[in-house]
Amino acid sequence: MRPELQEIVDDFAASPKAMRLELLLDFANSLPALPAHLADDRSGLEQVVECQTPFFVAAEPGPDGRVALYFDAPPEAPTTRGYAGVLSAGLSGATAEEILTTPSDFYTAMGLSEIISPLRLRGMGAILGRLKRQVHQRVDGDAS
Amino acid sequence: MAPSTETDPDPKLAAYHRPDRLVTTAWLAERLDDPAIVVAESDEDVLLYETGHIPGAVKIDWHADLNDPVARDYVDADGFAALMAAKGVTRDTTLVFYGDNFNWWAAYAMWVCKLFGHEDVRLLDGGRKKWIDEGRPLTTEVPAPAPAEYPRVERDDVAIRAFKEDVLAHIGTAGRLVDVRSLGEYSGELTHMPDYPQEGAIRGGHVPGAVNVPWRRAVNEEDGTFKPADELRAIYLEEQGLRPGDDVIAYCRIGERSSHTWFVLTQLLGLENVRNYDGSWVEWGNAVRVPIERPGHPVRPPIGGGR
Repeated sequence: MRPELQEIVDDFAASPKAMRLELLLDFANSLPALPAHLADDRSGLEQVVECQTPFFVAAEPGPDGRVALYFDAPPEAPTTRGYAGVLSAGLSGATAEEILTTPSDFYTAMGLSEIISPLRLRGMGAILGRLKRQVHQRVDGDAS
Repeated sequence: MAPSTETDPDPKLAAYHRPDRLVTTAWLAERLDDPAIVVAESDEDVLLYETGHIPGAVKIDWHADLNDPVARDYVDADGFAALMAAKGVTRDTTLVFYGDNFNWWAAYAMWVCKLFGHEDVRLLDGGRKKWIDEGRPLTTEVPAPAPAEYPRVERDDVAIRAFKEDVLAHIGTAGRLVDVRSLGEYSGELTHMPDYPQEGAIRGGHVPGAVNVPWRRAVNEEDGTFKPADELRAIYLEEQGLRPGDDVIAYCRIGERSSHTWFVLTQLLGLENVRNYDGSWVEWGNAVRVPIERPGHPVRPPIGGGR
């Protein structure tokens, strides 16, 4: 797993239960806003329909082989924003390889299941799944 | 006996079966300092309370606080008493729940409190959204209530809670089954989309004989409040033919939306025998050999003998 993401997972796991929510809120609050080109033209964004609130993601490979990740979630959905913040801080700027090899269940080690229902936690996996598929399509040209 | 908190005299509420089970935002705003009242936020989104809540409100989370951490069940008598005590709630406290998503989880929390027989539980009509839309104050300051004394009360799982076995026994009787999910879930379409794991159920469809009355029909979309009594009566009593004495079981996916309908049927319309099947579709849609109804498919009776 990419060290930046591993470090976040470890931080959560090492925090007492009460602090994990605050940590997730920090990630929600620090989620970068959409860049101008996506805010103006949202066609590059894909909606993650598994999430109950309107939530959009885009994985954009750059010429340097690094993939920029963008997320758009409303402030009324801080948990979803928190998931996005974790993925943004942990994986934005990673190589396609690093994103594709991130374990789909990486978040289980964060110790969130005590505070968030397992059903809701799956949202994190769904977001990562979307990002991986976009990387597949946009890097490998695999349209499957 | 402790003096009871007055009923919100709002005329819309007066037309409901139990006008004392709802409060308006204006009523609550004037009583945030009333020591007889504890305001509690219960949300779908576990972080929402932390982003700002009604001043003085405590947080009660359906997953972390009301569910048993191991078994798929609610907390027991000790757990509930400890939770209430920690939130500053006594047996005489007026508990006012509010939350996001049209008060789904607020209604669920109220229903769980009713399993333990807490008498004075109310919902804030319009919930979190209406409070915010009206520009009323929010704070991120988390209250630290002095621990209260709350008695140990055994949970009553009979009167208002139904289990899978109860639903099985209900099929084919005069009892009514109300599926409050969306039409797509009721008809079984939603679990058939590939790669959409949010349903958590293997099979799609509904319990045979259940009618579909989505929870959403009970609310005003613009402000999240409950529809007035006459409109609710038109839907549930006239259109659906529910009668006050009917034996009714309501279900959804995990029991929160059906708590919302349970509230409407029992507290707002006065139906006497309504149980919430909290196992709901996540249990039924995964259970072995239970009958399922889906448009275009005959209900298959159990075969092969056995018990």
